[in-house]
Amino acid sequence: MNKLAQQGFKPIDSHTNGNGRTWTVKDKIFLGLSPGEYLSQQFKNPFNWILAVIYIVGVPIIIGRFIYGLGWVTHSSYDYPWGLFLGWGLFTMVPLSASGFMMGTTVELFGRDDFKPIERLGLLNGLLGYLFAVVFLQVDLGQPWRLIYPMFVSLGPAAVLFLVAWHVATYLSCQVAELVPAFAEWMGLPRAKKFVKSMVLGLTVAGIILSTLHQGALGGLFTYAPGKVHPLWYSSPFMWFHFLCSAVFAGLSMLIVVSTLCKWFMRWRCDQRFLESLDRLTLGISKGAALALATYLVIKIIAVAHDNDWQYIFTGWGQWYLLEISIGVILPLVLYTMALRNGSAGLARVSAFIAVAGIALNRLNTALITFNWDLYQEIPHWREVVIVITVYATYIVVYRAVLARMPILYSWKDKT
Amino acid sequence: MKKLNRRSFLKGGLAGTAVIAGTAVSKNSSAAGNFGGYPDSMGVLVDFTRCVGCRSCEAACNKEQGLPAPDKPFDDLSVYDEIQHNGQKRRTSEKAYTVVNRYEIEGREKGPVFRKFQCNHCNEPACLTSCFVNAYTKTKEGAVIYDPTVCVGCRTCMVACPFYVPAYSYSSPINPVIKKCIMCYDTRLKFGRPPACVEACPQEVMTFGKRNDLIKLGNARIKNNPDKYIDHIYGEKEVGGTAWMYLSDVPFEELGFNTHIGEQPIISYVKEFLTIVPMVLTIWPALFTGFHLLSNRKEALKNEEKTGNK
Ligand code: SF4
Ligand code: SF4
Ligand code: SF4
Repeated sequence: MNKLAQQGFKPIDSHTNGNGRTWTVKDKIFLGLSPGEYLSQQFKNPFNWILAVIYIVGVPIIIGRFIYGLGWVTHSSYDYPWGLFLGWGLFTMVPLSASGFMMGTTVELFGRDDFKPIERLGLLNGLLGYLFAVVFLQVDLGQPWRLIYPMFVSLGPAAVLFLVAWHVATYLSCQVAELVPAFAEWMGLPRAKKFVKSMVLGLTVAGIILSTLHQGALGGLFTYAPGKVHPLWYSSPFMWFHFLCSAVFAGLSMLIVVSTLCKWFMRWRCDQRFLESLDRLTLGISKGAALALATYLVIKIIAVAHDNDWQYIFTGWGQWYLLEISIGVILPLVLYTMALRNGSAGLARVSAFIAVAGIALNRLNTALITFNWDLYQEIPHWREVVIVITVYATYIVVYRAVLARMPILYSWKDKT
Repeated sequence: MKKLNRRSFLKGGLAGTAVIAGTAVSKNSSAAGNFGGYPDSMGVLVDFTRCVGCRSCEAACNKEQGLPAPDKPFDDLSVYDEIQHNGQKRRTSEKAYTVVNRYEIEGREKGPVFRKFQCNHCNEPACLTSCFVNAYTKTKEGAVIYDPTVCVGCRTCMVACPFYVPAYSYSSPINPVIKKCIMCYDTRLKFGRPPACVEACPQEVMTFGKRNDLIKLGNARIKNNPDKYIDHIYGEKEVGGTAWMYLSDVPFEELGFNTHIGEQPIISYVKEFLTIVPMVLTIWPALFTGFHLLSNRKEALKNEEKTGNK
């Protein structure tokens, strides 16, 4: 597509083409190309070939999971009830999607309109991340068709997971609403946009409350397992705060990562406003991420001191812990700080990639690697890995499809 | 890696808990800090010094609960040599609600110790408090039962149970459910009868009765035979007390018991988080709407300045 754009191709960004013809929905879906041109375009993209391979292997295995049960795709362990589906799909995807509420807060609540060009990308990253966290959950639940039971059929309101379920569900609707304007512009539905605009402040405040609670609640879930999670990763009073605080820099770093990927691979879809402000915005976001990283580092140390876990630092687990902290927290903190001092957006991007990897390591450490540290280590079944890759590939496909069409990286030309 | 004592890290949690326990959120109205259990709760006292490892209890449970046929017959004692992951002994599974394991104890004249293992029917069960669809119930008779018709299959209860009890029928694609001992509630306990495994035991290893009476009985046995028993009834206080309790003549940690588990029920560790929930719900809306107004005001001032300067 980038090549096509260099040859003078202009993707749709208004309701009418230059000659006054109104684009149809079909035109909008094929980006103004004919279906044939569009398909041949897709064939040329090597990334699509990789995706095809993933689907050829992955789809039958996902179908198999629902025919033969969880035992067929996981190690069906009684000691490790949670595997990669939740460790990656829920516990890692959700913090990486915290960008939604943070961009909403920055722009709508604190009135930082200078972040507008990247706000919608932040919202979309949030929405899709949560949506796919639910998809991952559906793969993992023993009885996925009962997903609404905790909502309406049998309620256990005192359980932490109850909070997670309700908050993620309501926050998902919040995020859908927040993205209605982008959709309304694309489809030409000014009334829907106006309606949502009128409640944007309420939605944003609701978003902050729900996010604080469910990001924290994901940490709260592990407080049910004192003794199972290694003490260095466990702290009953601080756990929720660790998860919340790390979600802040995780979401912001993820936003830098996806915006960088957009700049590289979807340049054709970005408008000047986005491309020109991106370096400045990246540095602005880095400032937030660096602050959150510093706070997180401090409360991590306080938690170790509070629980008096120092003796564990000198064990093998302790070294693993120090590795996670140095690579996942201190290194990106230092790099972000240097990037901010030198005004180098490039360096900020490097630290964002590292911070994202660091948060993934932290969540996998808590949910899988150090879980049952006293028992034995569980290695996920290969089918489980294949399913995770397939679902994640679908996330990328949907992400890319929305970015290519709706006014996320560019602004819609017509005023609505 | 050297195994470290967990107590120190539990202690940290406990100190924090004590402060907040008063404002706790829990399903049991009486669930704060040192909840003593249900007055009429029944229980079972298991005396390991009497067990000969005949596996009659396993067979009785299998029959009573209509469980699938075992891989090896119940009179096959070679199961005691089986080891699972990382040298673990057998554990409860979707096919067995209870298992007996053998522990070779050095220097014990009577030979190995046999330990029966099943759900402990905690006074404040972690499985119950962690379940977001309320699938678990602690009955007034003391049993912790489970309702498979509402279970979503999230398996949080398995993460939460400190004794690694609940098993899951992973192999069933259509209706996977939690599988664990229900203290024979439907068929026996409800009618005041002792569980099948208790009744089947030829050695009278298990005594069924009121939990309070069992504690007295346990203490009496320890008192009358101070040289024989370890001076501890496991389950009297652990994680808030359990309906099944144990007597032993060798230290409990040598029988695979977790002796660093603490006396606080698992829900205590979660309370720190649960207490912030109402705070966030009440404080955040006001706080952030305030921020918004402030930031708007700044802008208004800026605008005023601009127009004023013009
Ligand atoms: S032993 Fe485990 S499964 Fe049984 S009642 Fe206690 S927490 Fe629940
Ligand atoms: S697996 Fe079932 S019983 Fe266990 S916590 Fe989840 S819904 Fe409740
Ligand atoms: S109490 Fe009943 S269900 Fe539990 S182990 Fe004994 S026989 Fe089995």
